[in-house]
Amino acid sequence: MKFKKMDIGNLKEDGRKTVSLMERREFLKIGLMITGVFAGGTVLSLASNMNKVFASSEEFRKKYPYKPHYSMVILEGRCIDCERCMEACAKTNDVPDYGYRTTILEKDVPDAIGRKREFIPVLCNQCNNPPCVRACPTKATYKDKQNGIVMMHYEKCIGCKTCVLACPYNARYFNEEKHAIDKCNFCFDTRLSKGEKLTACAAACPAGVRIFGDLSDSGSEVYNLIHQLEKPVWVNRPEVGAKPNVFYMKS
Amino acid sequence: MPNDIKPVKVSDIMKDVASSFDSSIASNWYSNIVGFLSGNKSFYVLLGLSGLLVFAAAMTALNAINIGYRHAYGVSREVPWGILISTYIFFVVTSTGLCIISSIGHVFGVKDFLPIAKRSVFLSVVTIFAGFTVIFFDIENPLRMALYNVISPNLTSNIWWMGTLYGAYMVFMAVEFIFLLIEKHKIAMYAGLAGLISGIAAHSNLGAIFGMLHGREFWYGPFMPIYFIASAMMSGCAAIIFFTWLGYRVNNERMDKPMERAMEVVGKLCTVMIAVLMFFTVWKLIIGSVAPAKYEVIKSMLHGHFAVNFWVFEVLMGMAAPFVLFLLSRWRNLNMMFVASSLMVVGIFFMRFDLVIAGEAVPSYYELGVKEYSHLLSYSPSFSEIMIVSAGMGIVAMSFLLGEKVFKGHKTEIH
Repeated sequence: MKFKKMDIGNLKEDGRKTVSLMERREFLKIGLMITGVFAGGTVLSLASNMNKVFASSEEFRKKYPYKPHYSMVILEGRCIDCERCMEACAKTNDVPDYGYRTTILEKDVPDAIGRKREFIPVLCNQCNNPPCVRACPTKATYKDKQNGIVMMHYEKCIGCKTCVLACPYNARYFNEEKHAIDKCNFCFDTRLSKGEKLTACAAACPAGVRIFGDLSDSGSEVYNLIHQLEKPVWVNRPEVGAKPNVFYMKS
Repeated sequence: MPNDIKPVKVSDIMKDVASSFDSSIASNWYSNIVGFLSGNKSFYVLLGLSGLLVFAAAMTALNAINIGYRHAYGVSREVPWGILISTYIFFVVTSTGLCIISSIGHVFGVKDFLPIAKRSVFLSVVTIFAGFTVIFFDIENPLRMALYNVISPNLTSNIWWMGTLYGAYMVFMAVEFIFLLIEKHKIAMYAGLAGLISGIAAHSNLGAIFGMLHGREFWYGPFMPIYFIASAMMSGCAAIIFFTWLGYRVNNERMDKPMERAMEVVGKLCTVMIAVLMFFTVWKLIIGSVAPAKYEVIKSMLHGHFAVNFWVFEVLMGMAAPFVLFLLSRWRNLNMMFVASSLMVVGIFFMRFDLVIAGEAVPSYYELGVKEYSHLLSYSPSFSEIMIVSAGMGIVAMSFLLGEKVFKGHKTEIH
């Protein structure tokens, strides 16, 4: 195929002068985001991390809405499916055998090179924009105004199970003993409120998969894991727009 | 609507009500009850059967409460809504439809629709009651609901609005029926209007419960509330034709001219509404086929787990066959129209089932590609659930049969 030779010196004016500096910057940013996504699989740039964290990107871009803003970073590549987190959770929070607050999912990738299996721990994502809280008719489930944990008033739960369906993360189940919906609350009543620094699952994990901490504290491990550009950070089901506070990294 | 609307005083209403219950009306009702005792054998057999069904179901329901719904029902953590929810929707769709279609006559004054009004209003109260009965046994703590709906309302929750508005709706429709009975048409009209507004608001909220679950791609979007209202109108038309035909059978009477005319216009409206629903269904399939998570469900409807439900019940019995039958009947052949409406009632029941169950079929973590959730989820109703559904049907059948005799075929005098 042959192309006509271009005379660069005599090109027609294409209206570049009317494009403002701001517009050029925005355009470049889009380009960076796109390349970031392709390079890292999901997320590379800090800008897109931030967008995923906050309920309203403008309002919360500069500061985290809760103090402490509890969050968990899951280093997926370290998980070996020993299930000690699940045991610790069930023991600490009286979780019956027919339910769970946290579990480990298994993913097989037969044509992968090297390791062909990965384990994905999941739990309530304590979303900043929780679909379950909006759906509950009696405010039985609510987002704590101080620490942002999605909690339950068990006595108010009518058992309509709408929150179970509203949750994009399958984090809720009906607990017969409590006669209400039960869910992970980052061990707030059983550990955090009693002065413990970690959730039961994070404390029990032998491989250091679950990093728990305060996202609003710039000295915390979770803050440092999320506010970096080298390694990709992602959340589950970002398309739902629930703005989760549980993040994932490979290791 | 008459032009000379005077402000209505409560004391006047009470006086009217009191005077309406004079001796002649009381004796009239007494004779109705005696008339009910003179029904034929098959009437009592049917009444007895539906009573027995309700009784047996009540026993099953008590057992379910006793052993816990987790053991008694086929629902699970991943599919928490089963046939009880879909049957509840089936009943309230029918109730709202009966209210909408009958309001064309006695609220908006279209004369052709007047003869069906009383029976429709009566049945709308009966079907919403049946719906509430069924959902009572799905909600784990219905008594807490009565309390916390009032003292801890969440105004962003569709469930809250739906429950509250349907509660108001049931009261309005009951009031309307009472005033229709004692021939106080103006007050009945206002109650009917209030019922219509709350019913439409409640029903669109029911659609929005599904439409606003943004983690559930099959339901999410503005389609649901619109679809619910349209299918309510279709179900309402079908229910009117179904029950009016049966009512005349129970009373062993022939329809008069105004009633035949009413059946004709309701039948025509029904045909239009089937066409509307066909339009919705076609676009649901086409649009769903380009969204990955929806497409899984669409596939299971076209040629998978839900294929029989979809093609045989939803499409053939719910829409296609009745549509053809209505056209063939030319809206004059009442028996043919009855067959069409019966097919629709069955088809619509499955439509609701598919709507609820298929929407839950895609697991939350489906696209993550994990082992645990690599397939669509399934659900099949348990014996207890089927019995409670039957109880709902039994309540409607029993109330319908009793209503026909006690209210003497729901005759309306047209002034």
